[in-house]
Amino acid sequence: MNFLALIGRVVLAFLGHMGRLTLFTGTALSHCVRPPLYPRLIGKQMIDIGYYSLPVVGLTAIFSGMVLALQSYTGFARFAAGSETAVANVVIVSLTRELGPVLAGLMVAGRIGASMAAEIGTMRVTEQIDALTTLSTNPFKYLVVPRIIAGTLMLPLLVLVADIIGVFGGFVVSVYKLGFNPAAYISNSYDFMQALDVISGLVKAGVFGFIIALMGCYAGYHSKGGAQGVGAATTNAVVSSSILILTFNYIITELFFGT
Amino acid sequence: MNTIPQIRLRDVKKSFGAKRVLAGIDLDIAKGESVVVIGGSGTGKSVLIKCIIGILQADSGLIEVDGQDVLHVPAGNRDAINRKFGMLFQGGALFDSLPIWENVAFGLMQREHMSRKQGKERAVETMAKVGLSADVAELSPAELSGGMQKRVGLARAIAGNPEIIFFDEPTTGLDPIMADVINDLIISVVKNQGMTALSITHDMHSARKIADRITMLYEGKLIWAGDAKDVDNSGNPYVDQFVHGKAEGPIKMQVRR
Ligand SMILES: Nc1ncnc2c1ncn2[C@@H]1O[C@H](COP(=O)(O)OP(=O)(O)OP(=O)(O)O)[C@@H](O)[C@H]1O
Ligand SMILES: [Mg+2]
Repeated sequence: MNFLALIGRVVLAFLGHMGRLTLFTGTALSHCVRPPLYPRLIGKQMIDIGYYSLPVVGLTAIFSGMVLALQSYTGFARFAAGSETAVANVVIVSLTRELGPVLAGLMVAGRIGASMAAEIGTMRVTEQIDALTTLSTNPFKYLVVPRIIAGTLMLPLLVLVADIIGVFGGFVVSVYKLGFNPAAYISNSYDFMQALDVISGLVKAGVFGFIIALMGCYAGYHSKGGAQGVGAATTNAVVSSSILILTFNYIITELFFGT
Repeated sequence: MNTIPQIRLRDVKKSFGAKRVLAGIDLDIAKGESVVVIGGSGTGKSVLIKCIIGILQADSGLIEVDGQDVLHVPAGNRDAINRKFGMLFQGGALFDSLPIWENVAFGLMQREHMSRKQGKERAVETMAKVGLSADVAELSPAELSGGMQKRVGLARAIAGNPEIIFFDEPTTGLDPIMADVINDLIISVVKNQGMTALSITHDMHSARKIADRITMLYEGKLIWAGDAKDVDNSGNPYVDQFVHGKAEGPIKMQVRR
């Protein structure tokens, strides 16, 4: 009996959570298309999300490109020698389709999602969000919308940069460690680059950016209690956006490439 | 009196889960009147104000502002009502990502689409009224002392010249001299600018000074209301105990000895 009650409670909590999240998403989206928007705040968020994430995303990308080149070379060496074209191919396809968006998404979720949740959560528990309402400012418009717009726009740009840096990482390992011909590597990469791969990666990035900002804001907005509540909100934001990123990564892949 | 009170509460109730905080509040506040709510810590004074300004949703009852039901107002009209309000939060609730002057001018810039330059001028003027000099304008809230933050909160509340102003413990945490300056400021905005004020305080000196009427909240009800000058001989043992700050009396504190 107690066990059933426990299950019931968990299910109810989950449904309540989903309901709140759906409502939150709907409200946020509806405010995205209704003026006034705050260009100043959108710009500030874009710099925060885009510019200040560059180092971390760039580092992730360059090492991923490097390790991809190394792994695929040693991996292919088991089957056939002279896999110069294959290495370039593997590097560019995996980066543009998968690793670029997913790794950038996860890194930004850790960096930005957490800080959004912490900032908005602190504003919630110190009544700053209530103060916004009394000063005729809609907290969704002021806090949530700029972050969502900036996240959705900046992640694709970040991923584009990550793609380029990642390919460069693969190039460095291939040329300086594996002794490939640099000109051939570049032309191979160029030949194998497919518009659809790149586009699917950028679409993923846009969706991931939306998810990161949405979950960061949602967790912060609904945080309760003091410092502890804000801490929990931060964790929730990172964990839930990471899981959603991996889930949607599969769904979008299925939509683009599934048969 | 045939005029409608500016704020009218009838049987307002609010609970958090099983915990009943407001158990039926009736209160009328006339235009230009200054009412002070006194009451022990945790009795629901802040909750009462939050219900009136719509931060919390009362469970039942009637709340009217200028004769308009604000409990069941469509979201689109909420803003028009909010414009009438100014609020000093108990904890300040200053925006810590913005400099002081932007905190003070926030409502002005949002509502009246005032330029940043104009906003800053107005902010500095308002800050002068609460005894803050122009050189704190560029600081961030975290760089100010608690009492200074309180005054910034006050400046922000009165900057937009609201019709109705709510002060949640305006003098707590201030030295006695500054507390009296704030008392005078509250009196002057009420008397000179005709604002209606609803204040919460524990500070009986301040209450006597700023209130036209005082009312006491105890166990979810307003158990006494009367003219400020009558508070010392209210004839109500609860009020007596509170006003004179005695540990002995009908109000039992939840402490173990
Ligand atoms: N958002 C909330 N959720 C749950 N309970 C709350 C909430 N806000 C207030 N309460 C509870 O309501 C009661 C009254 O709180 P309130 O802040 O109104 O007290 P107060 O009279 O302002 O006290 P103080 O003088 O210490 O500020 C408290 O017991 C508090 O625990
Ligand atoms: Mg309070």
